[in-house]
Amino acid sequence: MSATVTDLQQTIAIPAPTTPWRRTRGEQLGTAIIFLISAVAAACIVLVTGLAGVDGFGLTLFVIFVVVTFVRTIRMNAKVRKDEFIKIAIFAAAVLAFLPWMSIFASVVMKGARGFKPNFFVGDMRTTIPDDELNLGGAGHAIIGSMMMVINATIITLPLGILSGVYLTEVRGRLTFLVRFVVQSMSGVPSIVAGLFIYTTFVDFTNSFSGMAGSLALAVLMLPTVARTAEEVLKLVPDDLRSASYALGARQWRTSLMVVLPTVRSGLTTAAILGVARVIGETAPLLLTSLSSNSYVFNPLGGPIGSLPTYVFGLLQIGTENAINRAWTGALVLMLLVLALFTTTRFIGGKDRR
Amino acid sequence: MEMLKQGEIKMTQDSQTNVMVMEDDEVQRSAFRGLEAKNLHAWFGTHHVLSDVSLRFPERTVTGLIGPSGCGKSTFIRLLNRMHEFIPGAAMAGQVLQNGEDIYAPEVDAAAVRLKIGMVFQKPNPFPAMNIRENVLSGIKLAHLKVTDHDSIVENCLTRAGLWKEVKDRLNTTGGSLSGGQQQRLCIARSLAVEPSVLLMDEPCSALDPGSTLRIEETIKELAEKIAVVIVTHNMQQAARVSDFCAFFLTDGGPGYLVEAAPTKILFTNPSDSRTADYVQGKFG
Ligand SMILES: Nc1ncnc2c1ncn2[C@@H]1O[C@H](COP(=O)(O)OP(=O)(O)OP(=O)(O)O)[C@@H](O)[C@H]1O
Ligand SMILES: [Mg+2]
Repeated sequence: MSATVTDLQQTIAIPAPTTPWRRTRGEQLGTAIIFLISAVAAACIVLVTGLAGVDGFGLTLFVIFVVVTFVRTIRMNAKVRKDEFIKIAIFAAAVLAFLPWMSIFASVVMKGARGFKPNFFVGDMRTTIPDDELNLGGAGHAIIGSMMMVINATIITLPLGILSGVYLTEVRGRLTFLVRFVVQSMSGVPSIVAGLFIYTTFVDFTNSFSGMAGSLALAVLMLPTVARTAEEVLKLVPDDLRSASYALGARQWRTSLMVVLPTVRSGLTTAAILGVARVIGETAPLLLTSLSSNSYVFNPLGGPIGSLPTYVFGLLQIGTENAINRAWTGALVLMLLVLALFTTTRFIGGKDRR
Repeated sequence: MEMLKQGEIKMTQDSQTNVMVMEDDEVQRSAFRGLEAKNLHAWFGTHHVLSDVSLRFPERTVTGLIGPSGCGKSTFIRLLNRMHEFIPGAAMAGQVLQNGEDIYAPEVDAAAVRLKIGMVFQKPNPFPAMNIRENVLSGIKLAHLKVTDHDSIVENCLTRAGLWKEVKDRLNTTGGSLSGGQQQRLCIARSLAVEPSVLLMDEPCSALDPGSTLRIEETIKELAEKIAVVIVTHNMQQAARVSDFCAFFLTDGGPGYLVEAAPTKILFTNPSDSRTADYVQGKFG
């Protein structure tokens, strides 16, 4: 028996794996060429008629592409045609939604590139005045300050946020309603109020502005985001898993800790990311808590400390050409910092296995 | 009714063998060894779904629970290891005694009860954040048991669940990467690892192929050399193959109730209730 099976396996020519549901190379190339031709045509029209710049080009391109598709699909059946047009509409909508983000990013990159030099990452503003050449001074102190405050805020908030998520979904104790209400109203607190709160408590108590005060203010702002995201994520864990754990004789806290939380590790990473994203650009609360500084401060309780938002804010107020250039570079670095942070957390957090 | 008699015979035997251990406890001495449901009722909210079920599950036996869909079999076995109480609005009446002790007594620790009375669910539910090996050992970790030889437990439990050969080379992949039937066998292995003294199985084989089903049935028989096994099944042949006793549940639109419990042979060949005869012969349900 086994011999015939192997014989069969040897004689059958194994076909190459195919994906007939995908569009072929030729079709893709065709679309690309049509798009290219449309783009060239649109560019010509814009040049000849003098329609307004990029917007005009986009609009013309869209119109031409629609017309070309209309012609191209004229002999196809109605359903396929409809499909093609809906595809264009969805693509255009996506581009439209993406456009503002693109234009912000592009302008920050273009304007920030001027001061984007190595010294920007290591230098500080102790002996440099904002008007000096861009190869003098830098924002190293602000980068370190921002990172330190955001990381400390995350260290404070993440356990609290996850715990309240666990309380709301797993424990469901008597205070569920109250906790949910507090978390929800906290998410409506204006950031300046969070700053004022820490100012009147922590800053007053320690009698000094500090990185720690900044972290606390950011933590107040982060907590509702993290807690609510954690709650939503934990709600997605199927009850089957909890049952299975209880049926094995596990107690509630062990079930939460060893079964439920590990199942949503990447979701909790998302909660942390959203929290960081919420606060990393906050300026107002920091003006009341960490203030700002021109030099490196590493001690979270060692007086006022620099941060990228306050760095940008301060330079914009000075308003001279190089100060503004520095501010743009600060904004660019802030964006890159967020990007880098998100990439690494995604990497560490891994993917859910659900 | 035959079944109750059998249980009673067992009881006297057991109480003789256990006299030495339990000498000073009058109640314990006369206690029935195994699991016993006394006049159990169950509600979901105001919906009365199970009425007055009394049934004994002696040690070293397999009891099959059969009956049409919705007659309360799952509810009944979930009452036996205190899983019923996790459903919001659930309520119960009556007693469940393990070796004479009420598992619903106020001083009893529900988690300890569930550790002793294990459960396999109808739908496979391996832990997605753990790999195969960790899944098998999860009960030990979750209940904080002291065990030294993890590797042999993993191999032993997976073998008994009929899964060892298929997964021995990929113990570190996640449980979710297995097929549905393999996942179910993994769940069975998982519940074997904590060595329960009663194992409740709610249609454990409904997702399995005939080969694995047979392997599981062998495991059930093996287990019954030491412990009590309760298995809910819609498969009459399976009930006939594995169980020593069989209990037939029914509902007439109202709460489910126990029609008849008897040694399996009698229930299948010469039941005392005509409805049982109709059901086991496939005339309704
Ligand atoms: N979580 C629940 N909430 C409310 N009612 C429920 C719940 N679970 C079951 N019931 C009801 O209890 C009754 C018994 O259900 P149960 O699941 O015990 O039946 P079963 O005999 O196991 O059926 P099956 O053979 O289909 O699994 C049914 O009428 C069902 O509608
Ligand atoms: Mg059921």
